[in-house]
Amino acid sequence: MAKVTVDGIEVEVPNGASVLQACEAAGKEIPRFCYHERLSVAGNCRMCLVEVEKAPKPVASCAFPVADGMKVFTDTPVVRNARRGVMEFLLINHPLDCPICDQGGECDLQDQAYAYGHDSSRYGEAKRAVKDKDIGPLVKTVMTRCIQCTRCVRFAAEVAGTPELGGTNRGENMEIGTYVEKALSSELSGNLIDICPVGALTSRPYAFVSRPWELKKTDSIDVLDAVGANIRVDSRGPEVLRIIPRVNEAVNEEWMADRGRFSFDGLKRRRLDRPWVHKDGKMVAATWPEAFAAIAHRLAGLPGERIGAVAGALADAESVVALKDLMAAYGSANLDCRDDGAAIDASRPDYWRFNTTIEGIEEADALLIIGSDIRREAPVLNARIRKRWAAGRFPVAYVGPRGLDLTYPATHLGDGPGAMGAFAETLKAAQKPMVIVGRGALQRPDGAAVLAAAWKLAAEVGALTPDWHGFNLLHLFGGQVGALELGFVPGQGGKDLAAMLAGGVDALWLLNADGFDPARIPASTFVVYQGHHGDAMAGRADVILPGAAYTEKDATWVNTEGRAQRGRLAIHPPGEAKEDWRIVRAFSEGVGKTLPYDDAGAIRARLAEASPVFARIGEVARGGCADLAGPAATAAPTDAAFVLPIPVYHQADVISRASDTMAKCAEVYGPQTALAAE
Amino acid sequence: MSAEHAEPASFAFDAESEAKIATILKRYPEGKQASAVIPLLYVVQKQMGLQTGSAWVPRVAMDVVADRLGMAPIRVYEVATFYFMFNTKPIGRFHLQVCGTTPCWLRGSDEVLRACKDAGHLKGYGDTSPDGLFTLTEMECMGACVNAPMIAVDDDYYEDLDYESTVKLIEALKRGERPTPGSATGRRSSEAAGGATALTGSETE
Repeated sequence: MAKVTVDGIEVEVPNGASVLQACEAAGKEIPRFCYHERLSVAGNCRMCLVEVEKAPKPVASCAFPVADGMKVFTDTPVVRNARRGVMEFLLINHPLDCPICDQGGECDLQDQAYAYGHDSSRYGEAKRAVKDKDIGPLVKTVMTRCIQCTRCVRFAAEVAGTPELGGTNRGENMEIGTYVEKALSSELSGNLIDICPVGALTSRPYAFVSRPWELKKTDSIDVLDAVGANIRVDSRGPEVLRIIPRVNEAVNEEWMADRGRFSFDGLKRRRLDRPWVHKDGKMVAATWPEAFAAIAHRLAGLPGERIGAVAGALADAESVVALKDLMAAYGSANLDCRDDGAAIDASRPDYWRFNTTIEGIEEADALLIIGSDIRREAPVLNARIRKRWAAGRFPVAYVGPRGLDLTYPATHLGDGPGAMGAFAETLKAAQKPMVIVGRGALQRPDGAAVLAAAWKLAAEVGALTPDWHGFNLLHLFGGQVGALELGFVPGQGGKDLAAMLAGGVDALWLLNADGFDPARIPASTFVVYQGHHGDAMAGRADVILPGAAYTEKDATWVNTEGRAQRGRLAIHPPGEAKEDWRIVRAFSEGVGKTLPYDDAGAIRARLAEASPVFARIGEVARGGCADLAGPAATAAPTDAAFVLPIPVYHQADVISRASDTMAKCAEVYGPQTALAAE
Repeated sequence: MSAEHAEPASFAFDAESEAKIATILKRYPEGKQASAVIPLLYVVQKQMGLQTGSAWVPRVAMDVVADRLGMAPIRVYEVATFYFMFNTKPIGRFHLQVCGTTPCWLRGSDEVLRACKDAGHLKGYGDTSPDGLFTLTEMECMGACVNAPMIAVDDDYYEDLDYESTVKLIEALKRGERPTPGSATGRRSSEAAGGATALTGSETE
């Protein structure tokens, strides 16, 4: 540790820390553009100049290491003058078009110009102008505004692992761009917008839409992948205008995946905004009482075992527990939340959780990935793996389609389950080996055997010890784990999804269940679809109950680690749509099976009682593995090649399939399963 | 710019270049091969000059270099565009690089420039002659100030030039000759203009 005095305040910082970090420790704010705590230090903007005792001139604090006994001054005439000079130079080639710039109001350059800018310009010469680059449908560029801090270049190369941005030419002619015009191939490209300190990289869908001070900001959770990134939903009136990430070191740091960030325009399209009932061969708009009556009428004569319920990818925990309780009231144990057919063993939580936890990845020292393209299934989690890889000594191997580009080197072992043993020696040699099984790897007839084989491998190589749990299941969407935690799986004598679809039930209640082909439902089955988008499944329904999307309800979501987090209502659901658990609750009252909760507090108490996960919001119980007994399997897996579950990253769920922005992306980027031959 | 120098569809090192690359790569320790990016770009430019008569670095060749050195292509683009010694656009057969820095300018680089324009049919800096023979570039000091003014034709320095001698040089190049590099006035090395003034005798005198 080094003792540093900053403006007379003594602080202790680790050796090797920068002066800027010492200043922050002392509570002094240092202006900066190029410095970003999660990126390498570039030291090229010079805005963070401070005075250090005995140094002959101001030093760039971000790139200057501390020394014991150092005296730093952050607010002297010299420092202020130096920063004013830097600011003047930065503004020489900056267009000052703040009134038409989307960054206006949340721009680092604008804010710092208030403190260090001159009142008028002394610059009379021609300003340089730079041609805008086309880097895809998500990030808009206005390159004349660029101050060449190179944060984007470093982010693309270091965090996203797609080194496609660079600074070409030099001096006055230096430009940031891709040199060869191309759309950025990263699934994290939206973060470039956040890290750009000026308005050079802004959101294309959000261009000229709003000013930051007009927005209502609501903290929520991203559910379009299973990472559970913490987000802020910015809305105005009845519309979500943008979604940006919040910092949560344990989950998403400060990053967020593109699908979660940009698919919100799908919330306005193809919405189910009123109940519909199938009458005389066609869907007829109905009122809530009519829809409820139609369901109640159909369910009235049925024995419990002929009624089933399926919860899907985007179902929140509240509605899942309400539906489970409703089914119990009907005497039905036919529940299933594995609407994609994944053979998940629900008998023990560590069979379905990401037990190592996302933070735990940084402690691991070897990784085997089974049947998962993590880069597209959970981009933010993949960035964490990349961060671990970048720290050194981290062998990674994968089993799945050859040629996956995970943004870090990984050995391809083979296409099918038979190949996973080939990495056993490396895992055995590691202190904290990790195995990640993709949910997609279980969506096959021998899925249970794949799960059992993966667990067995993890147990054999020492990934399961009392202090380290190296077995991980990576889910795909925000609603999948919550339903498993709540035990939304076949109860005593209950039928699973396959049995229900094979004519095992006469009435089926689908809660956001879009994971299987509607054609598999027998024609005679009465289908209630409760959800928010008129996707394929809604077309098969006999009664449609319009629910709320994740931005439109106060709901609890569980990420792949088993971390329950609360999303909050940002806007109200459209039309007559309602919060999902309230729909189930209202229905139960109408049929005389009233569920014992009728406000948010009561249903949350019910959640906490159903699973301890919901009693510790935002936290995760991390631990080792006490019991090595693996999931049940009757046979060894076949060696059929793994098929990735998300063929098109940008159109993986009902919301993104309804989104124009995502449609454009899918057009530009194409199906990503088409992999190079090598 | 003539059509024959359009961006090629592909690029591959020939045997001669491969031999050079093998030597170059040996200079760097294992895992640090990216350091060889500048020498390799030179190899590319040389080979292009021999093969197509235009010494430049096409984008496909940068990709080949990136692939060979295990770098992201953008990192090679950054290097190639940073140094003006690499021509990222096709140039003429001969690259006339006129020094315009103060010593050369004081000694008449304007005349040299005028001679290049007249004899080479060039409009000015950055231009390539219609016959595709010459590209004219202004350079900063190339370190031959003692024999100013000078121009560099590709890698060869021609020094002590004036209007006439420059025209003569360019006409020779047009005929396919390659005059001996060095001083046009016959000055040996960087001796004084009228011959050596010191250390003229043997040491024993």
